[in-house]
Amino acid sequence: MNAHHLRADLRALAELVQPGDKVLDLGCGDGALLRYLMDTRQIIGRGIELSEANVLACVGKGLSVRQGNLDEGLRDYPDQSFDTVILSQTLPYLDNPAFILCEMLRVGRRALVSFANWGHWRCRLELLFTGRSPQAPGLPQAWDTAPRARPLTVRDFIEFCAREHITITRSIYLGESQRALRAARLGENIRVAVAIFEVR
Amino acid sequence: MRDKSRITYHARHSMDNSNSLGIVERKYFTFAENAPMPLDSGEALGPITLAYETYGQLDAARANAILICHALSGDAHAAGRSPDGKIGWWDDCIGPGKAFDTNKYFVICSNVIGGCQGSTGPSSINPRTGAPYALDFPVITIADMVRAQRHLIDHLGIEKLLAVAGGSMGGMQALQWTVSYPARVRAALPLATTARHSPMLIAFSEVGRQAIYADPHWRSGNYYDDGARPNTGLALARMIGHITYLSEESMHRKFGRRLEGREHFGYEFDTEFAVESYLHYKGNRFTERFDANSYLYITKAMDYFDLANGNGSLAKAFERCAHIMYLVVSFTSDWLYPAYHSKEMVSALTAIGADVTYCNLQSTWGHDAFLLEVETMTRLIADFLDRVVAQNGIVTR
Repeated sequence: MNAHHLRADLRALAELVQPGDKVLDLGCGDGALLRYLMDTRQIIGRGIELSEANVLACVGKGLSVRQGNLDEGLRDYPDQSFDTVILSQTLPYLDNPAFILCEMLRVGRRALVSFANWGHWRCRLELLFTGRSPQAPGLPQAWDTAPRARPLTVRDFIEFCAREHITITRSIYLGESQRALRAARLGENIRVAVAIFEVR
Repeated sequence: MRDKSRITYHARHSMDNSNSLGIVERKYFTFAENAPMPLDSGEALGPITLAYETYGQLDAARANAILICHALSGDAHAAGRSPDGKIGWWDDCIGPGKAFDTNKYFVICSNVIGGCQGSTGPSSINPRTGAPYALDFPVITIADMVRAQRHLIDHLGIEKLLAVAGGSMGGMQALQWTVSYPARVRAALPLATTARHSPMLIAFSEVGRQAIYADPHWRSGNYYDDGARPNTGLALARMIGHITYLSEESMHRKFGRRLEGREHFGYEFDTEFAVESYLHYKGNRFTERFDANSYLYITKAMDYFDLANGNGSLAKAFERCAHIMYLVVSFTSDWLYPAYHSKEMVSALTAIGADVTYCNLQSTWGHDAFLLEVETMTRLIADFLDRVVAQNGIVTR
């Protein structure tokens, strides 16, 4: 697959994957990221996906994917059986995010987590000035049609990791233009549209 | 004149349809003539004849062979048209350009032992007595069926199957193949099946068998002389089976409460509802092609099927299967082999690190969905096989 066809946040996330890694992608969607990683980084890829249409799309891309619900956990997967476990743009939609993050770190040596930052200035201003519930940056959907989500911010995630003794080893912040922001200080996170963390 | 020649042209070309295999030939392979094949029961069987068909060409490297395993009432005629005009039971999925593409793959299907469609079973002649085995035929298991198939695969000179595939009881054989002969299988496609027959399935099997035992013509299985056959019992067993292959929704769609051949209730016990008429038809048709004793033996083999048994756990059973690629498919309306059966095997396969693809497909067709959801199955199977081929570095034509 041509890198230009891959969403910018997936491309940025892919940068954190080591060539040859064994990768488990949770909520792998239509398999675009896994396919890209297999083609460009020669990874061994596995996916879990809830929707039948997406599972079929993944199989069509030559991927090994299981239809399943992440909220049931990763109990079939042995400890430390993957190099990297990915949770891309899925965290806010899980019933029990803390449980899944723990499971990811049990199954993988490290986890890559990306999510839209509801702490972005546009979200803050939208609520403040329009009185309407803010939509996730980059995922503009009205409250009545968007999938049920728990909005979270970069700060929420960092504090959560500290509390749960999860170590953030790398972070990539993308701004509204989908370009990486250089500043990574917490105070700057008002500019972050999508955050990508490597945790261990 | 012109019109007539056009009709002939069309007739010839529709018979010789590019995605049909055309007329296929049934073949036979006999083995265990000198040394009978040992069975799980401790008994042995021999000689054994297997009826089989093949479609497509075996490539030079003998690497493109796919074994198709049939379900309870199936036979070796999986695809194409038999000389007497019957279309194979999985013709929708086997042929040029189909799910199991015979332009690429060499497809084999054999009738199971214990069966009655050309392979050795209770209606075959027992060489020791010169009469049909009837209940002297040894009780067989799914593993025994697979053991016999392995002799056929040896005979065909195939060291390693590209894939072994089947739905329902065919799926049990596919799973059993990977457990019994892991080194000889690259991929398995167990569809709408289970790794362990549940008590509910055993219950349905037993009711079917009781229907046969209760038929006075069954005569403890000794009905092969010119007398009447236990057709009433066998038809009843088949009717029960057919109910379990459908779903409530598919019955609503297929029959509703429609009456057959009448406008109003007759207030009598004649066949009135369309669903009744369907079951009678299916039951009676079945007796024309199936042997009641075979029905007993094959349902018993399914009831004994439990891969975890004797291996400690399912994961333990699959211990030597980590290199095999699996495509597991269940169907949302299949209440005979509900999705949790498939999920159990997917869990065990995941635990041992096998490459397993799983999908629980939306369908209203019940258990029969594996034969009826042709479009989705074609996509899934063809894509999966492409990956098996690519991952194993096999070159197909």
